[in-house]
Amino acid sequence: MNWSHFFTSSVGKKIIMACSGLFLIAFLLVHAGLNACIWAFDGGEMFNKAGHFMGSTVVMRILEIGLFVFFIIHIVQGVVMELQNRSKRGSKGYAVALGNRGSKWYSRSMAILGLLILLFLIVHLGHFWIPNRSNQGWLLGEEINLFEKMKEVFSNPVWVILYTVGVIALFYHLSHGFQSAFRTLGLTNHKYINIIQTVGLVYNVVICLAFIMMPISFYFGWVQ
Amino acid sequence: MEHYNMNLTLKVWKQKNSQSAGRFETYQVKDVSSEMSFLEMFDVLNEQLIHEGKEPIAFDHDCREGICGTCSMYINGRPHGPWHGTTTCQLHMRAFKDGDTIVVEPWRAKAFPVIKDLMVDRSAFDRIIQAGGYISVNTGVTIDGNAIPVNRDNAEKSFAAAACIGCGACVAACKNSSAMLFLSAKVSHLALLPQGEIERKKRALDMVAQMDKEGFGSCTNTGACEAVCPKEIEITNIARLNREYLSAGLSADK
Amino acid sequence: MLDAKIPAGKLEEKWNNYKGHCKLVNPANKRKLEIIVVGTGLAGASAAATLGELGYKVKAFCFQDSARRAHSIAAQGGINAAKNYQNDGDSVFRLFYDTIKGGDYRAREANVHRLAEVSVNIIDQCVAQGVPFAREYGGLLNNRSFGGTQVKRTFYAAGQTGQQLLIGAYQAMERQVALGNVEMFSRHEMLDVVVIDGKARGIIARDLVSGKLERYFGHAVVLCTGGYGNVFYLSTNAMGSNATAVWKAHKKGAFFGNPCMTQIHPTCIPVSGDHQSKLTLMSESLRNDGRIWVPKKKEETRRANDIPEEERDYYLERRYPAFGNLVPRDVASRAAKERCDAGYGVGTTKQAVYLDFKYNLINKYGRTEASKQGIHNPDQETLIRLGKEVVKEEYGNLFDMYEKITGENPYEVPMRIYPAVHYTMGGLWVDYELMTSVKGLYCLGEANFSDHGANRLGASALMQGLADGYFVIPYTIGNYLADEIAVKPIPTTHEAFEAAEAHVSERINTLMNIQGTESVESFHKRLGKIMWEKCGMARNEKGLKEAIVEIRALREEFWKNVRVPGEINEMNPELDKANRVADFLELGELMCMDALDRRESCGGHFREESQTEEGEALRHDDEFMYVSVWNYKGDESWEMLKEPLNYEVIQPTQRNYK
Repeated sequence: MNWSHFFTSSVGKKIIMACSGLFLIAFLLVHAGLNACIWAFDGGEMFNKAGHFMGSTVVMRILEIGLFVFFIIHIVQGVVMELQNRSKRGSKGYAVALGNRGSKWYSRSMAILGLLILLFLIVHLGHFWIPNRSNQGWLLGEEINLFEKMKEVFSNPVWVILYTVGVIALFYHLSHGFQSAFRTLGLTNHKYINIIQTVGLVYNVVICLAFIMMPISFYFGWVQ
Repeated sequence: MEHYNMNLTLKVWKQKNSQSAGRFETYQVKDVSSEMSFLEMFDVLNEQLIHEGKEPIAFDHDCREGICGTCSMYINGRPHGPWHGTTTCQLHMRAFKDGDTIVVEPWRAKAFPVIKDLMVDRSAFDRIIQAGGYISVNTGVTIDGNAIPVNRDNAEKSFAAAACIGCGACVAACKNSSAMLFLSAKVSHLALLPQGEIERKKRALDMVAQMDKEGFGSCTNTGACEAVCPKEIEITNIARLNREYLSAGLSADK
Repeated sequence: MLDAKIPAGKLEEKWNNYKGHCKLVNPANKRKLEIIVVGTGLAGASAAATLGELGYKVKAFCFQDSARRAHSIAAQGGINAAKNYQNDGDSVFRLFYDTIKGGDYRAREANVHRLAEVSVNIIDQCVAQGVPFAREYGGLLNNRSFGGTQVKRTFYAAGQTGQQLLIGAYQAMERQVALGNVEMFSRHEMLDVVVIDGKARGIIARDLVSGKLERYFGHAVVLCTGGYGNVFYLSTNAMGSNATAVWKAHKKGAFFGNPCMTQIHPTCIPVSGDHQSKLTLMSESLRNDGRIWVPKKKEETRRANDIPEEERDYYLERRYPAFGNLVPRDVASRAAKERCDAGYGVGTTKQAVYLDFKYNLINKYGRTEASKQGIHNPDQETLIRLGKEVVKEEYGNLFDMYEKITGENPYEVPMRIYPAVHYTMGGLWVDYELMTSVKGLYCLGEANFSDHGANRLGASALMQGLADGYFVIPYTIGNYLADEIAVKPIPTTHEAFEAAEAHVSERINTLMNIQGTESVESFHKRLGKIMWEKCGMARNEKGLKEAIVEIRALREEFWKNVRVPGEINEMNPELDKANRVADFLELGELMCMDALDRRESCGGHFREESQTEEGEALRHDDEFMYVSVWNYKGDESWEMLKEPLNYEVIQPTQRNYK
């Protein structure tokens, strides 16, 4: 079993999905943690410092490349698998679907939820990451004031609603993805399943609440 | 138990052979007793069709006691019908009421082509077993049965996995038409026993490769297989298979 | 004419002597020899696997969609072996003795002794294959007890022992398929044996998917096609179980042994109505823990749980205090019939008795479990709860199955059970080497007549199937094939193949062209009714004579008025069924003829004319100490030969389970 066989079998592909997914889960934790600095109520000082650390240190910028690689792997692999899996039903589908009697709707809709998140992600990058990096000349140059940028973006109710929808999609994506990743890596058994599910739920609620509260905090002026 | 009779409308998939296109036919069945099994209701319908000079409906069935794994009907959108942990042949008509419409389809999966009407070809499962679902010992073993003690918990878990009847309901229910529950049940059955230890790694890798070759999808852990399995094979077996695959793949030296 | 080829020497040395002296085929020659195995149940799959391992080129056939679906899979209770792991006095001799006695002294001593000898190897083999037998906490194999014995020698895997053993044999066979030693033909039904110069050289099989007839050559043909219980229409056999292969072999010269010997299993779920298509067994192992009773009052209308203890008749415990609920199957079945015929039956049809778990649930399992958990003076409710948990572990799947079928919860109310056709001890006559009267044609497992005499003990069918397939045929077939190594594969264009195929094809055409008004199923039901009423649990001369006349008339009607829809060259389950029922219609007659000839009661064969004052079966060893061997003479006529049974070691006595 060489590496390419190992990673291209149906189980191997899932291992890639699980590993990249877990990396992204870890990233979300960092992202949410740094963004939570807006609630320091210091006019964005701490937040901008954190942003500066992420945007203007070499190690972080190299890690950023890794982040993109994992994102792309997760997205491409996910789309490919979804298309492949859909073709396995054959030419005819069922007249009556099993639906929610066998599984949760979001477990069956990971690809759609993932694409929703991708769309949101593009908008999100367009709001913050691209303006900032282009201002830097893509290297380690002068950054924009991200706190002010957030204020500006989240004064528009359209963006607030879009971000909320994006985070809801993320919530359901993670509801399946978190425990599924552990199953795929073979870490689930009768003893661990409850721990994994509980930790997953807590993580999911905390992260998604944090993300949702950011646009809302700005929109309602709780953060100045 | 109260008995009652019912009249039913059946919409059944009819398909002459693997090449032809199929379609749904509608049938009326009268005076069905609640004590009949689902397949006995089909017997009654077929008798009626033969008398009317029509083609009876072809369906797979054999033991009619829920153990051979031959019967395979997708009833009202659920493999083996509405009862939990039950094969089609053990489903009884008291699950339905007068005036119901029942839609019956064959298993749908690229790896299970339709042979006729509700019959499908599940020989892919045999080939998955051929890829490694056994312990390579020839007849004539002289090791005493009790020379290989087995931890009782493991023996029970192994048995629970080995209870798989190979009916294919897991594939039929899975949105990806994945055979992972079937495969993981076999890998678990053997991996949990000391006898299975020797070929453990090769088995997991080879059987997964064969499953892919047969055209089954991958597992996305939705749990539909576990929900419809007539033998209540647990999805934790899939996690065990993944574990076996990972450790086998990572520790292989080529 | 009848040579059973039993080796000389002392009983316990015969098999070892045989193995030491039989002819061998060297590995290079094995590769040139082709063997056809028909049927992939325990006997067939184990034979195909083992012969493949030895290096023969094997072709295996089954009519099911996969070899794993053969009806051995439905065996529930267990498999016997003389391991004496329980230290309760078991031995090869005792298993041999119990089997002969259980079979009411109508089986061959040499065959049965060999069976008992290899029983221990079977367990070793199955364990090595990974069959997940039930275990003690210490990791060693567990045993349960079964009817007709006083030791615990039955190995089991919950209520699914047959399934686990078959999957083991199936996996062993699939391994040989992967290695290219066995070629598997599923959805293929054998429709004739090809005999060339007095030797079996191949088969004609029908591909059930395309409907095409195909020819296959083999240096030898091994039939492992199971029993013919479906002649009764309602039985515990699978819907597809049939006698066609053995019947075709019979008509090509293989003698039929003891066709009337059928086993009626005492614990099946009763018939619920005319729509019934099959009967479901509740494992005999339930009689370990269930007590069988009927009300003492006729026409009892109260529900089972409302009938007080003193108004219940535990008739097996009353009549047979030594064995109680664990008397052999034939005895238990007849006792149930006796009570129901006398008007004490229960349920809506009054054709059922109760099998009640409450007593052992509380007193055996509940108390043990309570003391294990350190609960002192447990109340009734606790005992029931604890007992239920243990019973669920032991028999959970059976209890669930009962509830699904009847809608009643057997943990709460007693099961209703009634005897049903379960197994056929009769089958193709074979010699000690399992060869039929046609050279090179072998018959294994339930399909042959050899080991169970007039009645089979529980958990012995699995033992015989695997013994034949794993441990007997590999030796005996070599003894024959050693002289065949020079025979080149005969092309299937040989005239014998042509003629056999033409014959099969003609019959199929005839069946399809009748286009009458009655379905195959309706003929089968009518045959079943005749057989059950007149050749079932109790038989008499008048009834059997009537049955023969009725079956002949029914057969004539069948060939005039059956309606087989569909076409020949396609998947056509009705045509498959018609082929099988046509054979049952001939076999049924032979069964009645045999039952008529045997004017004694023995084991499963109960002639009303021959019973003791207490209604027990009465043998006549002076007249009937023989195997009835039927030779087909063509045109629906038979000649009966007798193979005398010589008991050298065991002294036959009237069976006594009191």
